[in-house]
Amino acid sequence: MSDMTDMTAARPQKPVNSLLVQDANTARRNASEKRFRAYGITAIAIGLVFLVVLISSILFKGVGAFQQTTLTLQVELLEAKLDKSGTRDLDKIKKVTTFGYNPLIDDAIRRAIDEIGVENPFRKGKDLRKMLSSGAAGQLREFVIANPDRIGDTVAFKLLASSRVDGYLKDRVSRESLARDKNLTPVHLDLIDALRDAGIVRKGFNMSFITGADASESRPEQAGIGVSMLGSFYMMIVVLLAALPIGVAASIYLEEFARQNWFTDLIEVNISNLAAVPSIVFGILGLAVFIQFAHFPQSAPLVGGLVLTLMTLPTIIISTRASLKAVPPSIREAALGIGASKMQTVFHHVLPLAMPGILTGTIIGLAQALGETAPLLLIGMVGYIASNPPEGLIEGFLSPNSAMPAQIYEWAKRADPAYYERAWGGIIILLLFLMTMNIIAIILRRRFERRW
Amino acid sequence: MSASLLLLIILALAAVGFVIGRGRALRSVQGDRRRLHSLPNYYGFNVAMLAFVPAVLVLALWVVVQPMVVNSAVSGLIPHDSYADAGALNLIMSDVKRVAHGLDAVAAQGIVQKIPLSEMNVGNTDIRGLLGSVGVALGSDVTQDVLNAAQEFRAKSAQGALWMSIIVLVVALAGFFAAIRMTNGDLRARNLVEHGIKAVLIGAAMIAVLTTLGIILSLIFNTISFFGMFPMADFLFGMTWSPEGRGGSEHLGILPLLWGTIYISIVALSVAVPIGLFAAVYLSEYASRTTRAFAKPLLEVLAGIPTIVYGLFALTVVGPMLVGFFGADGLNWMQGARSVMTAGLVMGIMLIPFVSSLSDDIINAVPQSMRDGSYGLGATQSETVRQVVLPAALPGIVGAILLAASRAIGETMIVVMGAGAAARLSMNPFEAMTTVTAKIVSQLTGDADFASPEALVAFALGMTLFILTLGLNVVALMIVRKYREQYE
Amino acid sequence: MNDMTKTEKALEMKTSKISAKNVQVHYADTHAIKDVNVEIEDKTVTAFIGPSGCGKSTFLRCLNRMNDTIDICRVTGDILLDGEDIYDRRVDPVQLRAKVGMVFQKPNPFPKSIYDNVAYGPRIHGLARNKADLDDIVEKSLRRGAIWNEVKDRLHAPGTGLSGGQQQRLCIARAVATEPEVLLMDEPCSALDPIATAQVEELIDELRENFSVVIVTHSMQQAARVSQKTAFFHMGNLVEYDDTTKIFTNPEDPRTESYITGRIG
Repeated sequence: MSDMTDMTAARPQKPVNSLLVQDANTARRNASEKRFRAYGITAIAIGLVFLVVLISSILFKGVGAFQQTTLTLQVELLEAKLDKSGTRDLDKIKKVTTFGYNPLIDDAIRRAIDEIGVENPFRKGKDLRKMLSSGAAGQLREFVIANPDRIGDTVAFKLLASSRVDGYLKDRVSRESLARDKNLTPVHLDLIDALRDAGIVRKGFNMSFITGADASESRPEQAGIGVSMLGSFYMMIVVLLAALPIGVAASIYLEEFARQNWFTDLIEVNISNLAAVPSIVFGILGLAVFIQFAHFPQSAPLVGGLVLTLMTLPTIIISTRASLKAVPPSIREAALGIGASKMQTVFHHVLPLAMPGILTGTIIGLAQALGETAPLLLIGMVGYIASNPPEGLIEGFLSPNSAMPAQIYEWAKRADPAYYERAWGGIIILLLFLMTMNIIAIILRRRFERRW
Repeated sequence: MSASLLLLIILALAAVGFVIGRGRALRSVQGDRRRLHSLPNYYGFNVAMLAFVPAVLVLALWVVVQPMVVNSAVSGLIPHDSYADAGALNLIMSDVKRVAHGLDAVAAQGIVQKIPLSEMNVGNTDIRGLLGSVGVALGSDVTQDVLNAAQEFRAKSAQGALWMSIIVLVVALAGFFAAIRMTNGDLRARNLVEHGIKAVLIGAAMIAVLTTLGIILSLIFNTISFFGMFPMADFLFGMTWSPEGRGGSEHLGILPLLWGTIYISIVALSVAVPIGLFAAVYLSEYASRTTRAFAKPLLEVLAGIPTIVYGLFALTVVGPMLVGFFGADGLNWMQGARSVMTAGLVMGIMLIPFVSSLSDDIINAVPQSMRDGSYGLGATQSETVRQVVLPAALPGIVGAILLAASRAIGETMIVVMGAGAAARLSMNPFEAMTTVTAKIVSQLTGDADFASPEALVAFALGMTLFILTLGLNVVALMIVRKYREQYE
Repeated sequence: MNDMTKTEKALEMKTSKISAKNVQVHYADTHAIKDVNVEIEDKTVTAFIGPSGCGKSTFLRCLNRMNDTIDICRVTGDILLDGEDIYDRRVDPVQLRAKVGMVFQKPNPFPKSIYDNVAYGPRIHGLARNKADLDDIVEKSLRRGAIWNEVKDRLHAPGTGLSGGQQQRLCIARAVATEPEVLLMDEPCSALDPIATAQVEELIDELRENFSVVIVTHSMQQAARVSQKTAFFHMGNLVEYDDTTKIFTNPEDPRTESYITGRIG
């Protein structure tokens, strides 16, 4: 009995609270736990919503660029207008300027309107031609110069509609928005409606956007991204040819040969700092060193490529060093153990084993370079209108050109909203390239990733 | 002989050297490869290397140095009274070079002249018309001084090219024969070649240093010449930026630009830091493996999108949207689509993955034992995160935020397209302002003459930007490195 | 004599603090703990011994549900604390861990001041009404942790700056500051030198006055020195559980004997 009392006295003084009942304090703390978790989910959700908004506005605004409105017209290539002498002498045919083709186009439109049985509200050919791109006459002229023997025939042409008409078919332009627009009137739109019903005005896939060159400010319907794509392509070749060997060589030295001393430290500090230097500063460097000092041609993909090379080198070096580091020392010891020189060890064993990682890093570096714009502004790759694709390899590197992101920026600067559509369309193409490169990098990594 | 032709010649020499060197080594041991010190190819490479490398180095050096030497010699011919300052001399010199190139083109195209090129003067020939006919358009008529200088330029250049060819070829042949002479079976060819390769590797590693050096030098020289034309104090402490003003009325004060830069960066960071940090905490502490595998790469997509896309997004989506809320139809705080808020918000979105993945790494580096200790005391997960994990990760997170700030300050495309062009010292975040980077672009892409203060100021701005970001980076990298060491 | 043991046994049954019945633990496909039954007494030091990987730490971590933080870990069976199932759905592990504190193998002070390290538990559990209260708790806990005299002049210095032994005693002080009823110690001396180990062992003996202490150790000498009861684990099984003196002098199971005499381990 006395034992029992002892035992009760020995029990803890603290009131025993059951674990099965949640006390107020814990309830409060659990509530704050839930709130905190909710903040985290919200943060991620906001990030993802931004991503979705960004991607959907790119698609929403850019897809239009891949469609283009055309008018299919039967144009009579009158000999009297195009080749008065009747000799089919090319030099003489070339003397006829695009102005000379305008009456042919006017006639074609008038005939088309008559055929569908709508009353023609316009007297002047000039007003009718407003429905067409101002490049339409050039389109005819090119055809005639290429095929002089067709003069006198009536040929069906798919002529570009003007950007307003194009916008109308893509719901960018409405009757209200035309109220203060000198380029087109609502009357035109009625006519367009009729022509569309007759199948003369049609929206189709816009191949020339993907392959074509930039056009002047007043002809957004003609502008394409093809030539600047070539500019980007040549730049990427320069980056690949320069950055990959230099990056790999520098990494091999730092990872395999360099002793730990002030010189190596200097290089390493330099590399990590260069990785964080704003890209525009590389543009300043390119301008001052390559263009001002070394007199390289302005706006040339070679210069752009060199600037981007310097910019991506740190990225490539950092990833290459990581993949060299991942090759286990046992491999090196094995090679050195059978009497290979250090150099042979590196080039015969370490480097091939690290190659997938190096390539992955290089592709990611290239993708970064492909999307970079700011340094290109300073070396003159914006504002230059490349009207023709470069002929040949050397010209590809040396003749002035633009690059995809620079072209997009150039379009975004122009006042005509039709150019915004082109810019977004260009972004879709740019992102497709970047996506492909990143997917290749991921596949490479998955495929060749080695766990030692 | 042109530099590229020379290069081809020494390349050919190197190729020949490879074959001869390899053969000579094999012959010296009567074709028994086992008696060679190195593999036969190394002997070939050794000869090729010695023939090629020194000659190419001389060639490269010559190509860089010759224009400078010729330039300074020729510019001495221009009378001192015909130009006011260094900038004007530069302009005259660029005319001289154009004329010289034009005359070269005339000579090359074989356009027959009544008067031989060397005897031409302003009196007897229409130089401008002549050059125009070969595609070199000049802004004004050529003066006799310029023509003389151009003739001298051509002569000196031709002389230089001749000497270059001779010296480079001599060096190449000397290397070639020296290497062949020393080739025999006992030569340690592999070691020699490997030394050469190692030198190449070191050279590649040096490019990083050279790039930094190039950045610093190009900024410094141009900044100095800018401060030669424009007082430094006015640049550093000036409250107005209006480069359009003519004559003495021009104001190139950096303060409004710095203010715009900092203001936009603050807006961007106040979007990116909380979202990025909470996302990182959730991903590293709470998310299941599947959520993490899904959300983390998706967030990082935001980092892979080029800045031009964000710029256009700011200009055509975010800007008009903000105008809808804060513009004339709404609160009437905002005039146009471009504003501090527009650029800042979009830049914030861009920086979210930057902050979150850096913080994620850093939070993951906090040892698990730290969390166990807290859970063992009965702390909830959020208490553990807030009171143990985050304080432990704080230095690293501060480093990450500094890196993000440096990104924000150096970002160009978003501010060029989203922030506006007006330099303003204002507190209203819905007003258009401009930044250091945006002005670097506009000053260097405009029509301003390259030697004018309007263009040169861009280098002073670049210098400011470089120093600012470099400072932030160095401090941030130091903090992060220290932090990692703490837990290693 | 026989009677005496019986009354002792009865007494033990009544003061049982934690009782585990048919506890099984799985790590993914590994069966880590196999059907363990044990009664842990109040105000006693209980030692878990056994070779590495025998499951003693895993079982210890079940007692305050630290295994919850590991996704792949699954616990079945009943573990009762004062007669309440701690794996009941209504039980908040947070509240449980306030009652069942834990000290880890490696000293893990938070990167905060010594004071804040100790005050952390009381703060999150809301044990102090005001600053003076908290100061009291901190001082009392540091005294209980036998480290007060060494740190009283530098309470605001970082806890990470202490020596290993001091850090571990700080962690013990931190654990007792929340007034737990049971204190779990997972090889608390394995990272310490002999002098620090002696200090901590002395401390464990003092803690017995107020808490039920469960200590995992792979040092048999330590188990013999500090514990009253000893449980021997082998390959996930609880082989033998009895008074420490009994285990070390007259073990019933041959496996226990082999381990004690150094033939397995």
